[in-house]
Amino acid sequence: MNYNCSSPSLLHRRGFVRGIASTAFAAALLASSGVLAADPIKIGLVTALSGQSARAGEALTRGATIAIEEINAKGGVLGRRLELVRRDDESNPAKGLLAARELIQREKVAAVIGGLDTPVAMAIVPFVNNAKVPFVDPWAAGTAITHNGAADNYVFRVSAMDQDVDKAIVQYASKKFGAKKPGLILVNNPWGESNEHGLKAALKAAGIEPAGVEKFQDNDVDVVPQLSRLKQAGADALFLVGNVGPSSQVVKSLDRMGWAPPIVSHWGPAGGRFTELAGPNAKNVIFVQTYSFFGNLSPVGKKVMAALQAKYPDIKGPADITPAVGVANAYDTVLIITAAIQKAGKVDPTAIRNGFYEIDHVDGLIKTYQKPFTKERHDALTENDYIWTRFEDNHIMPVASN
Amino acid sequence: MSLLPAIVTGLALGSMYGLLALGFHVTYAVSGTVNFSQGSSMTLGAVAGYFFLVLWGWPGAIGIPMVLVICAIYGLIIERYAVRPFVQRGSENWLMATVAVGIIVDNLMLFVFGKEPRGFPSILAVTPIQIAKDAGVYPLQLLIPVVGLLLAMVLHLFTRRTRHGVAMLAVVQNPNAARLMGINVGRAIAASYAASAILAGIAALLIAPLFNVSSDMGTLFGIKAFAAAIIGGLGSAWGVMLAGLCLGLIEVFATSYLGSVYTQIITFASVIVILVVMPHGLLGRAGVKKV
Repeated sequence: MNYNCSSPSLLHRRGFVRGIASTAFAAALLASSGVLAADPIKIGLVTALSGQSARAGEALTRGATIAIEEINAKGGVLGRRLELVRRDDESNPAKGLLAARELIQREKVAAVIGGLDTPVAMAIVPFVNNAKVPFVDPWAAGTAITHNGAADNYVFRVSAMDQDVDKAIVQYASKKFGAKKPGLILVNNPWGESNEHGLKAALKAAGIEPAGVEKFQDNDVDVVPQLSRLKQAGADALFLVGNVGPSSQVVKSLDRMGWAPPIVSHWGPAGGRFTELAGPNAKNVIFVQTYSFFGNLSPVGKKVMAALQAKYPDIKGPADITPAVGVANAYDTVLIITAAIQKAGKVDPTAIRNGFYEIDHVDGLIKTYQKPFTKERHDALTENDYIWTRFEDNHIMPVASN
Repeated sequence: MSLLPAIVTGLALGSMYGLLALGFHVTYAVSGTVNFSQGSSMTLGAVAGYFFLVLWGWPGAIGIPMVLVICAIYGLIIERYAVRPFVQRGSENWLMATVAVGIIVDNLMLFVFGKEPRGFPSILAVTPIQIAKDAGVYPLQLLIPVVGLLLAMVLHLFTRRTRHGVAMLAVVQNPNAARLMGINVGRAIAASYAASAILAGIAALLIAPLFNVSSDMGTLFGIKAFAAAIIGGLGSAWGVMLAGLCLGLIEVFATSYLGSVYTQIITFASVIVILVVMPHGLLGRAGVKKV
């Protein structure tokens, strides 16, 4: 067949071209090693850049970019510029792992930022612990990501963690609504399961007995039967864990029942067009976030807001920064990685990992981090750093604290 | 949950399954084949409906028929390229071919529509009607069973009382004899596929406001609808609709009285039990070839 073009002359020509190419490559390598000191320090970012979570991936990119530009404007770190190298994981664990491997082995990144979805992060965790390269999770909340049981843990997080969110949900509901008998309505997947454990533990610690635990499917049209069970069991508030689609089905089912209990939720609703899907009562769902650009901003908040507006023409005000959590977490993540590199004094992954433990002060967007990490604690945020928000029209607004 | 609300919710849910399941019945009654990706036909209808009616704001009088036309064309394409070539060869590969087309369509929808679920507003799904205490339903949820039963009746009458209908039944019994009698067998089968996809389109337009539109909305519905079609007996329109309602009721009762952890287990265990006790479905007849 003519697919098989194996004439000797062609082979020769190909071999010749290959030779030229490899010589050129070697020359380039030699040349570049001479100016290595001026080379940028690469920071990898593995996140969904397409599909359902593309907006969140874009928010992470923007937060990281603003921080990197700010650091580079001040002369970079260790005299070198920072550079962001992005890879799309398409919310697919296998692709996420592949991307992380490529960033570490080929791009030689100093650290990887990544993990929008818990399953993707969980796929990357064993690899980075093996490769001994710091991995900082700016989003995914799965408890096991940082609590991964590795003897030598290279995984850190600047985001909410399920276990802490669950504690915060219980605290908030009992303080704000006096909830004494909450009903749990959870999506039937690993995320729902993880929070079922967390919520039950948090309730037990608070001495509260739940009215019941009900699960619903991602594709359920009608959650009335589950909610009716909780209502009959005397639930005085609902704890909701589910992505934006299923969460909206809960709100619509409550509408039909004519039941309006306080709803305290994990951050699922923040991931999409909740008001469009759930209707006007979307505003009844109060959910956790790590940051909001609304209200009185700290000096860092004002600085980042101005930088975002200057760089991205589509950002006219705080409402245009969605999801704000992505921007804020990624911004702080880059500052923290930079601080760790500074402490390490060299671009060596293990030295940088040890640098995380030595960070004593970072002026972040979410808060001022004082000694954020220890060998036992790899999460920079705690349940006291969360804020409570709800949708007003299409914007995520902080709930007035009382 | 008291009895009445459970029944109301169950019937509303079950009629959605029944409505989609009618599509399986239509092609099976005429050709002995089905489009296994009926769920994807529904997704197609919902996405088309979202573009025409929500995004581009076409009036219903134009948008709804256009959705149904698109579905009909899709049904014809399925029949022409995924079913006919295999049936002509006496092969059962249409089974896999229709599944494959469904996967292709799902991925195309993902491409066109994106992964993010979107709302499909309808005036019939805004203010719930309180039938009893805690038993509110949207008017649309009452409309779906009505439409489903009406369509089942129309299909039943069409195949039993009209010349074309009887001709279509003749096609499945003996295509060659039917052909000799001057019945255009090819056209009858193609028409049944178009009708099947139109039914999916109707189901999509009725379900989307309750469910939101997403690129994978048809998957689970398709499976449940297929279960309904099998339980009902593929050959009977009434049986299929009845089985859909039963499935919805079983689901809601299992959730209400035992808890949501048991819903899927009880529902699909019931499917098996029903089929063991009634191998030809609720209203199916013995001697019909099963797929």
